Parts: sequence; structure tokens; C-alpha cells
Amino acid sequence: MSNNKILELRDIRREFRMGSEIVRALKGVSFDVEAGEFLTIMGSSGSGKTTLLNTLGCLDKPTEGTYLLDGVDVRKLGRNELARLRNLKIGFVFQAYNLLPRTSALENVELPLLYNSKISARQRRERAIQSLQAVNLGDRLDHMPNQLSGGQQQRVAIARALVNEPVMILADEATGNLDSRTSFSIMALLQDLNAQGKTIVFVTHEPDIASFSSRTVMLRDGKVVKDSLNENKRSAKEVLASLPVSEDY
Amino acid sequence: MSFLNLFRIALKALQRNKLRAFLTMLGIIIGVASVIAMVAIGQGSKQSIQKQLSGMGSNMIIIRPNSNVSAGARLDATNVQTLTMDDVKALQREAPHLAAVTPVMTAKGQAINGNNNWSTTITGVNTQYLDIIRQWPLQDGVEFSDRDVQGAAKVCLLGQTVITNLFPNGDNPIGKYIRFGKVPLLVVGTLTPKGESAFGQDQDDVILAPYTTVQERILSTIYLQNIYASAVDEASTTAASNEVSQIMRASHRLKPTDDDDFAVRTMQELINTFSSTSQLLTVLLAVISGISLLVGGIGIMNIMYVSVTERTKEIGLRMSIGARGVDILLQFLTEAVLISITGGIIGVILGITSAHLVTYFLSWPTLVTESSIVLSFLVCFITGVFFGYYPAQAASRLDPIEALRYE
Repeated sequence: MSNNKILELRDIRREFRMGSEIVRALKGVSFDVEAGEFLTIMGSSGSGKTTLLNTLGCLDKPTEGTYLLDGVDVRKLGRNELARLRNLKIGFVFQAYNLLPRTSALENVELPLLYNSKISARQRRERAIQSLQAVNLGDRLDHMPNQLSGGQQQRVAIARALVNEPVMILADEATGNLDSRTSFSIMALLQDLNAQGKTIVFVTHEPDIASFSSRTVMLRDGKVVKDSLNENKRSAKEVLASLPVSEDY
Repeated sequence: MSFLNLFRIALKALQRNKLRAFLTMLGIIIGVASVIAMVAIGQGSKQSIQKQLSGMGSNMIIIRPNSNVSAGARLDATNVQTLTMDDVKALQREAPHLAAVTPVMTAKGQAINGNNNWSTTITGVNTQYLDIIRQWPLQDGVEFSDRDVQGAAKVCLLGQTVITNLFPNGDNPIGKYIRFGKVPLLVVGTLTPKGESAFGQDQDDVILAPYTTVQERILSTIYLQNIYASAVDEASTTAASNEVSQIMRASHRLKPTDDDDFAVRTMQELINTFSSTSQLLTVLLAVISGISLLVGGIGIMNIMYVSVTERTKEIGLRMSIGARGVDILLQFLTEAVLISITGGIIGVILGITSAHLVTYFLSWPTLVTESSIVLSFLVCFITGVFFGYYPAQAASRLDPIEALRYE
């Protein structure tokens, strides 16, 4: 593993004011993520997981502390610069897929590139096709989201996250809406992408899913309580193969 | 983001909700179509009034006696007798902008042919009246000659209404004698039908005779009632009327401090009066239709607000993958403008069509002007921007985190 640090979090604190009360969602979180890592952030609800995810995704800025994303200090940026950073460096994968309805898979994947004026229409299309091929949906380019299964929709979402060649894929409960078989296939896909060098940060509350990653950060009450490398990382492909074959996949 | 991408995104979004986009558009379509059609009706009636007035001779100049002061009392204009043949001669001699000048003598009376009689007006003019001043061709027969005018010959030309009333069984009146009051007149020609004037007057209810005949044999006066003149062309009407004033003042030997004892009227003034009336009508119609356009605009605003709320999650997603606030703003603004512009195009087509239908079925004159098309188009664009801006701004100011979690 190289020493190229993608994320550097130093004593991140985030406070919200709810009326007269101040809620401390993050109380000093520090960790680094290096290029090529597959990190899971775990924690029960109320642990500050979502706030951390928003911070990592440059949707929110920490009240205190330093967050460097690919060497850029996020706290110093304005709204528009954050948007640009999200466009160029982060690929989001959401629990609810968040695909645009009545819009083909290809157009959904093209979406992030539309907000990058340096990319021509032809490049956009080519890269979107490549991206969909990378998630094994090369034959579903013109399918609408409602013509795709949940797993396929999530793969379109992953293709959308890949298309701008981000430094990090940020997945938020990406398997939360899927049955276990499909979940494993999505994890297998993410493991493949990780093996090709993509840095992946996966936020989940399922320990089962965490076992597929290379490292787990455990949050509780806004603090990191455990940060450990997974000694016996499971292969999602093997788990998938060991499952009894069913008709519905 | 490039304009093309914006356009593409907006088009996609509208395509996802075709029916709603169309219904929203409908407000604009009806607004624009009614503006175009109403203005076309207004302009059409204006044009037709103008045409009618020009038919009366748009370069005609009418000189009437004006009230003047006699021993401190202003006299009624109708009793004033200030116009003479000297004035006519002076005008014929000295006014280069006049193509023709004629005295006009009118008398009301009873025209009689055998058992039939008809109350009408006899108008005495010279030979230039029909050809140059009124551009009124004969239907049959010949005009009276300069010699007839000099000799106060007992000849006349009949208008169509007079013919119908004096010759009800369809006899050819040419060569027949009629009487006007006590004066027998030989009918030498008949006039083509001219129809009603813009004021609803029957222009065919007239007998034309040499002015000398009317002056000497019917009215027995040496003064002239009116002088009609004609400018060489429409453009020089104003110059000609100024010229007339100067010549008349000189002819009447008025001192610079004296008021005119005559009045010069041009058809231009009349045309302007009527045009401004129908212009007012056009503006009124346009304003009323403009209100429907406003209602259409409010419809756009309403639906854009609904759309923003409904697509909060989409906005959140777009923001999370790198859309800036301004990108979102422009996207929704483009959608609004696209709705209004498309509605505008359809509205223009519909407006032009309905203007044609109005002409076809109701035979009302209509005139679709380019300016009304350009204007309503412009208004459409402004409507789209104006009513689309606030919803778009609301969208652009959403917090991406909240927008993403919105259910």
C-alpha cells in the first residue's frame, strides 16, 4: 500500500445548534485514509456516522478541525468550490440509488460529467459507456431505472460514481435496500474496483458487510472507538458462490 | 455548465412530465394567441378605417369659411361668406403643391323625375373634382365640360342612390331630364357606387353639377361655401395646407395680427383622429390579453414551485455530484423559459390562425403585425424569466444534505 494519503482528518468536531441546545455530533475524530484502501465506517444510529459521511463527502464543513481531501483543505472552501470538489474527487453511492426517474442508465451515468464543462458530449458518452461496462451493465445502456432490478440500479449508481474518476467512492449504506445475495454481488463489485486501485469508504451499520473491507473505523457518540485492519477479509465473490443458487437472480 | 447542456437537462426534465408541461404552457399559449389575435383585429380595423379615409382622398384639403369678428361679435361660421372665386383663382395660380382646386357649393332640395321624387343634396363642383380630388370614376355617360361650368349649364351627374329612387323601374337616366327644385337638369352621366363613408354617410346619395349652376341657378349667391383642393401627393399634404393658409391670408388681405377668416382641414387630421381611436382600441385589447399572459406566467411560477418541491431529492443528488447553486438556478430557469417560449411559439401560430379564421368566418378585417409577434415573444421570455426566477432561486438555495434526505 502506498503512502499516498487521500483523506486526512484531524480532530474533526461538528456542532449543531438546536434551539438553545448545542448538539455535538462529532467530538474530535481523527484518522487517515490512504489510496487503495477499502474502509468501512461503522456505528449505530446517533453515533455521528451520518455527520461524518456528510463531512467526508464535502456536503458539510466541520466546525473545528482539519479535513484534507486529496491535499485540499475543505474548511477553507466556499459553497461553489465544495461543489466542484464533489464533482471532481468524490463519487457518491446512496442507499436509495437516487437515479433520476424516466432517464436512461446512460444519461444517469453521464450526469456528473454534465457539470464539468471541460468534457465534451462525445467524451461524456464514451466515459459513461465505459463506466457502465465496468459494472457489467454494458447491455443495459438505454434501460430506464424502473426497468432495472434493485441491484442493477445500484450498479448504475456505482457507474455514475465512477464516471468522473474520483479519488474516493463514498458509499452510504449502499446495500441497505438490497437482499443479501444482491448485497454480496454489489460488495463483490466494490471489491473488484478496490482491487483495481479505487479508494472506497463505505458507511454501514451491518458488521457482516464490514467484513468485506480491509479496515473498519467504529464510531460511538461522535468519537472513534476502534480503528482496525481486517485480518481475515472475506471475498464477496466466494461468499456469493457458496450461496445456494436461486431462481430470482 | 454550457448552455447546450442546460437546454438538454431542462428539455429532459420537461419530457418527464409532458402533460404537466403542456398544461402549464396552455396558460401562455392562450395568452399569446389572444394578444396576437386581438391586436390583429385592432390593427385590421385601424387599417380598414385608414383605407376608407384614403378612399375619400387622403390628400384632400378642405377650406371652409371661419367665424370672424364683426363689430366685436364673433359670427357663426355658417353665415360667414368669405370665400370667393378670387381665392380659388389665387390658389390655382400660386400654390405649387396643389394638384387641383375646386369650389364646392351644396344645396339640399327635392329631386324630381315624373312621379318619383327624392330629397337629396346637389353638389356643385368644377371638372377637376371627380378625377383629381375624389378619384371617382363614372359608371356611364360623360362628365360635364369646362364650357358647361363657364356657362352654368343645366347638366348633372347622378349618384347610384339617386338613380334608384328617381328611376325605380331601371330606365337608363342618361339623356333624361330631372328637376332639382325648379331647375331642370339634363343627366349626362352616372357615378360608380362608392358606398358608405367612414361616418356612415351614403356617398352615393348625391347629384353633381357645375358649381356655377348651383351657385347661380339654385343658391343665387356670389360667395363660395367651401373650397376643396388636392395636394400633389399624400406626403406633401401638410406643406400644401400651409401654402393654402398663406395664399388665403394674402388673398383676404389679412394683417399679421388678424385671425384667419377661413379654416383649412386636411384628411390627414381626420385619419390621425380615427387612427388614434382605433390605436386605443388595439392597446385596450392588448392590455386585456396581456392580463391573460400574466395569469399564464403565474401558472408557470406555481408549477415551478411544485416541481422544485417534488424534485428536492433530485436537486440534492445533483448538488452531491457537483452541481453548484447557480447550475440548479439556471436549470430551473431554463425550464421555465423553455415552457414560456414553447408556449409562445404555439401561441403565435394559434393567434395567427385564429386571426385568419376571424377574417374568414366573420369577415372582420385583421392584420397580424410583426411587432405584435416580436413583442409577445419578448413578453413570453420575460414572463418565463420573471416567474421562473423565484422558484429557481428557492431550488438553488436548498441545503444538499437536507435535500438528499428529503422524502
